[in-house]
Amino acid sequence: MKIKTKKKSMTNHDNSIRISGAEAVIRCLLEEGADLVYGYPGGAIMPIYDELYKYQDKLHHVLTRHEQGAAHSAQGFARTSGKVGVAMATSGPGATNLVTGIADAQIDSTPMVCITGQVASHLLGSDAFQETDIIGISTPVTKWNYQITKAIEIPEIMAKAFYIARTGRPGPVLIDITKDAQFDSLDFSYKKCTGIRSYTPTAKLCNKSIEEALELINQAKKPFVVWGQGVILGNAESELKTFLEKSGIPAAWTILGLSALPTNHPMNRGMVGMHGNYAPNILTNECDLLIAIGMRFDDRVTGDLNTYAKQAKIIHLELDPAEVNKNVVVDVALISDCKISLQELNKKIKTKVYPNWIKCFDDLDKIEYEKVIKYDLHPKKEGLTMGESIEMINKYSKNDAIIVTDVGQHQMVACRYAKFSQTKSNVTSGGLGTMGFALPAAIGAKMGAPRREVVAVIGDGGYQMTIQELGTIFQQQIAVKIVVLNNDFLGMVRQWQQLFFDKRYASTEMVNPDFVTIAKGFRIKAKRVEKRDELETAISEMINSKEPYFLEICVEKEDNVFPMIPSGASVSDIRLE
Amino acid sequence: MKNITYTISVYAENNVGLLNRISAIFLKRHINLESFSTSASEIPDVFRFVIVVNTDADRVRKIVQQIEKQVDVIKAFYHTDEETIFQENALYKVKSSSLFEERHIQNIIKSSHATIVTVSPEFFVIELTGFREETEQLRKDLTPYGLLQFVRSGRISVTKAKMGISEILNKFKNTK
Repeated sequence: MKIKTKKKSMTNHDNSIRISGAEAVIRCLLEEGADLVYGYPGGAIMPIYDELYKYQDKLHHVLTRHEQGAAHSAQGFARTSGKVGVAMATSGPGATNLVTGIADAQIDSTPMVCITGQVASHLLGSDAFQETDIIGISTPVTKWNYQITKAIEIPEIMAKAFYIARTGRPGPVLIDITKDAQFDSLDFSYKKCTGIRSYTPTAKLCNKSIEEALELINQAKKPFVVWGQGVILGNAESELKTFLEKSGIPAAWTILGLSALPTNHPMNRGMVGMHGNYAPNILTNECDLLIAIGMRFDDRVTGDLNTYAKQAKIIHLELDPAEVNKNVVVDVALISDCKISLQELNKKIKTKVYPNWIKCFDDLDKIEYEKVIKYDLHPKKEGLTMGESIEMINKYSKNDAIIVTDVGQHQMVACRYAKFSQTKSNVTSGGLGTMGFALPAAIGAKMGAPRREVVAVIGDGGYQMTIQELGTIFQQQIAVKIVVLNNDFLGMVRQWQQLFFDKRYASTEMVNPDFVTIAKGFRIKAKRVEKRDELETAISEMINSKEPYFLEICVEKEDNVFPMIPSGASVSDIRLE
Repeated sequence: MKNITYTISVYAENNVGLLNRISAIFLKRHINLESFSTSASEIPDVFRFVIVVNTDADRVRKIVQQIEKQVDVIKAFYHTDEETIFQENALYKVKSSSLFEERHIQNIIKSSHATIVTVSPEFFVIELTGFREETEQLRKDLTPYGLLQFVRSGRISVTKAKMGISEILNKFKNTK
């Protein structure tokens, strides 16, 4: 079935060698520095797996228990390591099972390359066994995708895939490779991609905009910074810190911006958005200048756009031109990498302090503490709270764990109360809100930052969506710590049902299995905590464990997460109860 | 904001999946395409898409930003009718007998400036290039005489202003 490739003189470089397409895929990965792949084998990708077998000393393949697990693990790896995550699957169901992870990576700008096998090119379009149009399916949720039908295309396309995934606003790329292209041979040589003529990853910063931004900052009496994940993706943490310290401007983060600045930094005023902190939400509508850095004005951040920061001038530091003036019309846009924009601002920014303005934050913080935080962290009632569980994790991880969360109440509580000392420490599904994300993402997070403590905090609902990945954790002996905050409910939906649907708890109560027995069945150390006096010992034991460890914390069943901005309401209508 | 007709011009690499990617941008926002045509452009290996939509200024701006964001798109523009020269092309298939039996039909063809493409004993085909109203008027005029088939192309257009695609491509070449 071999297809003759072009004449040697046209393709052969001095250092080229004749190898199979499948081997070329492996070599491309190694050339790109990817020595870790998450995946699941199957018919249409068997030639590549055969090469993985031969290259196992150089390239570590992690067999997940479901392709969705492979995609989320690759995401977790990318988020903590800053490198491109790689996931592999076969054609048909293997490929479609990746889609949720790909969509998650797209909306959360996570660099990822997915490689899928495809039926042989002569069978394309014939509804062959395990044939699916994964290019068509993945188009709306990938930054780029491409179907390789000839072995000779592999090096160039793989180089492009990695280049596109990691540059500019990062994102997922899917490469679909027909089985015949994996079997065929080619003269292999590798050249990294350094540019694509139709693609501008980072725009050149306009000097005039910098001057305009500085002018607005100089005039402001009540300036406020909201930063997002762009700071982390752009490695601009130290530039942000300098900017805030010099300018004296208080700052808050979106959920994906969390951990870019240490929790205890005096300029860090907490989280904005639906379950964010009271002060930054209220004061969004009182500031006279809003400086948005690497964030995209998601609806969970802004609430009702018609009443969002209308009184303020807005400066937007943003890499992706399509995000500028998309949801919020801004006065000055600095379209470039925020690291570059911040460096330029830092050169000329005046040192200032805003004591009266800062006091507004302090006063509102006190209200939030009295009405909400006090009860979350130091509850008087018998039942355990999610907040005190997170606080105990902070204590034993010395505020320095990587916290991986799923989606729902536990996610909001963890993001509100977890304390961070270094960047890339918060891994969560922000934009897509993918339940089932945390357990497999924690695998990748730990492998991306093996020296760090990784604690996955998961709800009882999301945990059961990808619980099979306990098998991966045991097989690979990945020392992640898994905390399930079990309230026997799909808590966030239940909270909405209580508040907005007259307590009609439709399909949110869960009759759960014995999670400890399940974990033990997977041969993972496990414990359950039901009472407050058991919590500290259990968490201490968990953190001190050198092996994977599962801890179920039975929390109050019907607790709600506050503060809360009801869906569609203004940020200043944030409720404390 | 008022809905008006915008012509979106996209210069892109000839990538198999790009058509899908661009149409998905409209699908996601539930925006109907009035017409869509693709062809070669003035630059070798660069394709041009001409898309006509009826929407408001804010939405068309955001759509074009999203189109331009696609990796294989070199540049995308949007223009109002006043900013472009545009045409559509229509073909009309009519029974040959009516050409001889109905004298009036010859006057219709003459006054519309349509041209006869082909004549056979059974039917003849005429062609008209022009604005939508012109091709539409001819369709209405011919309908009473038994219009066997009618088809109209998507809009093709050129802009009055310069596009500067070659400059973008040259700049890339020079920085490499």
